[in-house]
Amino acid sequence: MENLAGDRPIITLRGVSKTYRRDTIAVPVLAALDLDVAAGEFLALMGPSGSGKSTILNLVSGIDTPTAGRVVVAGVDLGGLDGAALAAFRARHVGFIFQSYNLIPVLTAFQNVELPLLLTSLDRRQRRQHVLDVLEVVGLNDRSDHFPRQLSGGQEQRVAIARAIVSDPSLLVADEPTGDLDAASAAEILDLIGRLNREFGKTVVMVTHDPRAAERAHRVLHLDKGVLVEAVRREQP
Amino acid sequence: MTRYLPFILRNTLRNKRRTALTVLSIFISLFLFCTLRTVITSLAASLESASSARLITRRSTSLTFMLPVSYRDRLAQIPGVADASWMTWFGGIYIEERNFFAQFAVDPQRYLELYPEYKLTPEEKDVFRRERTACIVGEKLARKYGFEVGDRITLRGTIFEGVWDFTVCGVAHPATPDLDTNWLLFNGEYLNQRMGDFGQVGAFVLKLDDPARAGDVARTVDATFANSAAETKTETEKAFQMGFISMLGNIQAVIYALGSAIVIAIGLVSMNTMMMAARERTREIAVLKALGFADRTVVGLVLAESLLITLAGGLLGAGLARLVFGLTDFTAGGFFPSFTVTDGTVAQALGIALFLGVVSGVAPAWNAARLHIVDALRHTG
Repeated sequence: MENLAGDRPIITLRGVSKTYRRDTIAVPVLAALDLDVAAGEFLALMGPSGSGKSTILNLVSGIDTPTAGRVVVAGVDLGGLDGAALAAFRARHVGFIFQSYNLIPVLTAFQNVELPLLLTSLDRRQRRQHVLDVLEVVGLNDRSDHFPRQLSGGQEQRVAIARAIVSDPSLLVADEPTGDLDAASAAEILDLIGRLNREFGKTVVMVTHDPRAAERAHRVLHLDKGVLVEAVRREQP
Repeated sequence: MTRYLPFILRNTLRNKRRTALTVLSIFISLFLFCTLRTVITSLAASLESASSARLITRRSTSLTFMLPVSYRDRLAQIPGVADASWMTWFGGIYIEERNFFAQFAVDPQRYLELYPEYKLTPEEKDVFRRERTACIVGEKLARKYGFEVGDRITLRGTIFEGVWDFTVCGVAHPATPDLDTNWLLFNGEYLNQRMGDFGQVGAFVLKLDDPARAGDVARTVDATFANSAAETKTETEKAFQMGFISMLGNIQAVIYALGSAIVIAIGLVSMNTMMMAARERTREIAVLKALGFADRTVVGLVLAESLLITLAGGLLGAGLARLVFGLTDFTAGGFFPSFTVTDGTVAQALGIALFLGVVSGVAPAWNAARLHIVDALRHTG
């Protein structure tokens, strides 16, 4: 086991393997992977397509299950959870930031951000306050009534980040968060994710192909064919 | 579920044209359903209003052949018969053929007494008995054409040729709202005299001492005139009216078959719409599930959307049917005494809308629940 994180881990993977089936063909993606991610850490996963980095993201966020091994996140062993419990786990502990934002086009920025709060017991007034607070954090409180089509790519991603943090999860998983953005917008988004990590203590696991994005992380793991090939620990940015 | 309502509404209105067309198709089908079912309930209501305390005696061969008016006195003497009167179908045209309503030449002395459920003043009855060209119009007919006491009504005879002028001497009001009042009665002596004292009538109405003995009395009546030149067929008023209705074939079966076909066809349309809507949103459903929406919540959202569409169509269809037929006083040219969309019909239409909503939503909801998040997030449809 390689424990790269010095502090208390929020994510622990032990002997995790994942094999996909394409018709009758078995495609191994991860092989007996061990990994710890400390609470408050900013981890970047890099590697070529098919190296297994997105699979790690899917496993730690509870939207996929391993073929073998154990995944423990925020003290919860995901292997023991059924579909409903996994959904509740995601709602409570995980914030998703997707490459293509994945906002609901018929909802305004406000309503998109409010979505995760519909699963909570908060009343309408409390939900509103939470949404306005996080829109302020991402600098979009003046765009709350805008629909996604009325926003730029960078603004859409900021709405998506607001949606990811509105229920105050401990873990943010970001899959190529700057992949669809121009350089200036990408820098803004990375600044924002860095700030969420530093100021709000969010643990961030980010998949990226972009070395400039990876530079923001505390630690960069390189994967190839499902195996960790290199780990680089960076100075705190 | 109320907190999800804005989200469900937004999704429902996402493709406004498609939603509007689906709602429209359900609206039309359930409007038709309400109309067809009201045909059945209206016919049933008209049968209910028929009395079992009265018998109708007509020619055994066919309603189109007549009976001698002289039978009346013999009928009145048959044990169990309290009183006997007569009527003749006139079949005239008021201005033009489409203004159809029933017209009967009736026994001026007794006929009105056999139908106490139609209210007339003693003065109106008195004039009807005395005046040769007097006629009485039912309340609905009077309202439809604006007839008032003293007005002249001219009918063009079809069975009894010529132009026939009548003077309205009274307007009959029904004791209960389900009674038909879309008719005109005139003094039968007028018909008899103009036709050269021909002494024939269409049918006799017999008032019974005891409705429980209707069968015995009917058999006695028919036996009395058996082997005569004009044999009779006697039945209760209700059976007599059912005979009219059965002439139209098995309406009920046809209507139910039509109704079922419509519901199934629209169900398939609605199911297709919901499948398309859900398929287009595969990725969004995956995002919701990633955010922590449980399968049952996603199922609820898809079903709620489906129900919203079908119930909107159902409410429009049933509501408008009730409103249109209620406001226009529709009677299909006088064929139905009243054509009222009942609460039961509205409830059935809404029940069908609910059923359609569940049936069309269940497949896409099931698919949404089974959706694998990782695969669906890659979906580019």
